[in-house]
Amino acid sequence: MEILAWFHELLDGNLIFTPQTLGYYWDGLVVTVQLVFVSLLIGLVLAVPLAIGRSSGRRWISLPIYAYTYVFRGTPLLIQLYIIYYGVVFFDGIQETFLWPLLREAFYPALIAFTLNTAAYTTEIFRGAIKATPKGEIEAARAYGMSQALMMRRIILPSAFRRALPAYGNEVIFMLHASAIASVVTLMDLTGAARFVYARFYAPFEAFIFVAVIYLCLTFTILFFFRYLEKRLLAHLRPQS
Amino acid sequence: MKTLLTVSILGVALVAGTAQARDYDHVRFGVDVPYEPMEYRDADGELTGFDIELGNALCAEMGVTCEWIEQEWDGIVPGLLARNYDAIMSSMTINEERRQTVLFSDPYITIPGAWFAPAGSEIEVINEETLADKSIGVQRGTTFDSYVTDNYGGVASISRYSTADDMVLDLQAQRLDLVFLEFIVGQVTLLDAREGQFQVVGEMVTEPEEYFGEGFGIAFRQRDTALAERFNEALATLKEDGTYDEIFERYFGEE
Repeated sequence: MEILAWFHELLDGNLIFTPQTLGYYWDGLVVTVQLVFVSLLIGLVLAVPLAIGRSSGRRWISLPIYAYTYVFRGTPLLIQLYIIYYGVVFFDGIQETFLWPLLREAFYPALIAFTLNTAAYTTEIFRGAIKATPKGEIEAARAYGMSQALMMRRIILPSAFRRALPAYGNEVIFMLHASAIASVVTLMDLTGAARFVYARFYAPFEAFIFVAVIYLCLTFTILFFFRYLEKRLLAHLRPQS
Repeated sequence: MKTLLTVSILGVALVAGTAQARDYDHVRFGVDVPYEPMEYRDADGELTGFDIELGNALCAEMGVTCEWIEQEWDGIVPGLLARNYDAIMSSMTINEERRQTVLFSDPYITIPGAWFAPAGSEIEVINEETLADKSIGVQRGTTFDSYVTDNYGGVASISRYSTADDMVLDLQAQRLDLVFLEFIVGQVTLLDAREGQFQVVGEMVTEPEEYFGEGFGIAFRQRDTALAERFNEALATLKEDGTYDEIFERYFGEE
């Protein structure tokens, strides 16, 4: 109760951070977290088979995947978002298909763009980790008579994921920051909320510093989570005390 | 010694004073393009429109040169305060909220807002029930944004756009059920340019004054009262000698 009273006092007499605008920021936070979390999750699921295919010796498998990652890593996410959001409507009759209820909203085109983008980067991160598997481990697995699939499952992937962890943590943070562009396609994410407050009250400092602090908190949460994971999963690499 | 100090302080104050009440011989306008027919680029890429022509005529009348600087709408007032340009002439509605921040000239034109929907839209009147669960497009940070947000924000979903172009694109793509914008802008970009595809829904909106103000004005920094006064005088002259009417008719026909 005391906290509530303190909060009310804090909000009293300022024109910008009213319950209404704080509501916008809260909704924006929910949208940002949903967008980033879901696109990372789907991107991760897509990236594992893609990374295996990308490091395959068969060119007809690895080349198309290389082309995909090349395109999505070689173009700005903002352009990809524009192409997917405004581009889909140039297909005649798309409004009549079952896809339209999804594509109509700004959320799903943004989700598609973000997912494809993070999947491309994650594929390359994993591919690097897979390639870096020590030859000895692979030879030992062969000597045990493991099939290619079993070797992938038991030897290569578990150690590759561990190696990829720090780089992947960075990718997650990059995605969070990249999600700030979602507001250009009318999505009211955190940045969208800040732009709304900025435009309505002509208060760039208040609106953007407030939102920057929220992004900082999110980033530190992700950092701590990955630090914890690294501690657990890479325990065998630390010097013994 | 004391006199010397007083004199030098006076001198500093004087210099500061002239810096504040600068006499402009070159005026930079901030403008958000495109917003047909108020400001847009013609087929050759030249900046034109009612605001642009009237602005140039005002400058010519005042004997100053002027320059147009493009700036997206949601940053247009901060840009003025940051001295990126000296005035805003970009279909800006005069209202109390903005008067807190900027200084306005006399209104130079009054234009109502209107709702536009795809032809054959089932919406016929505008109220909270007919707008329930509809998606409405507005330009972010405009008075129309405030009006729609405050009146229908609870029932409808509002999409905010940086440029009017993107908004029209999404109305065409059927992402939006309705857009709310200045009648003449909608008339040119929706009714005339894409004949038969769009229609006006409900009445023109000019009230309440809290949102729609007294019309469009040129915005200046608060301290530039002298500049605003020169513009007001020039505007009065143009209205008298018929230049204003001539420009008006070129864009909006006889009315």
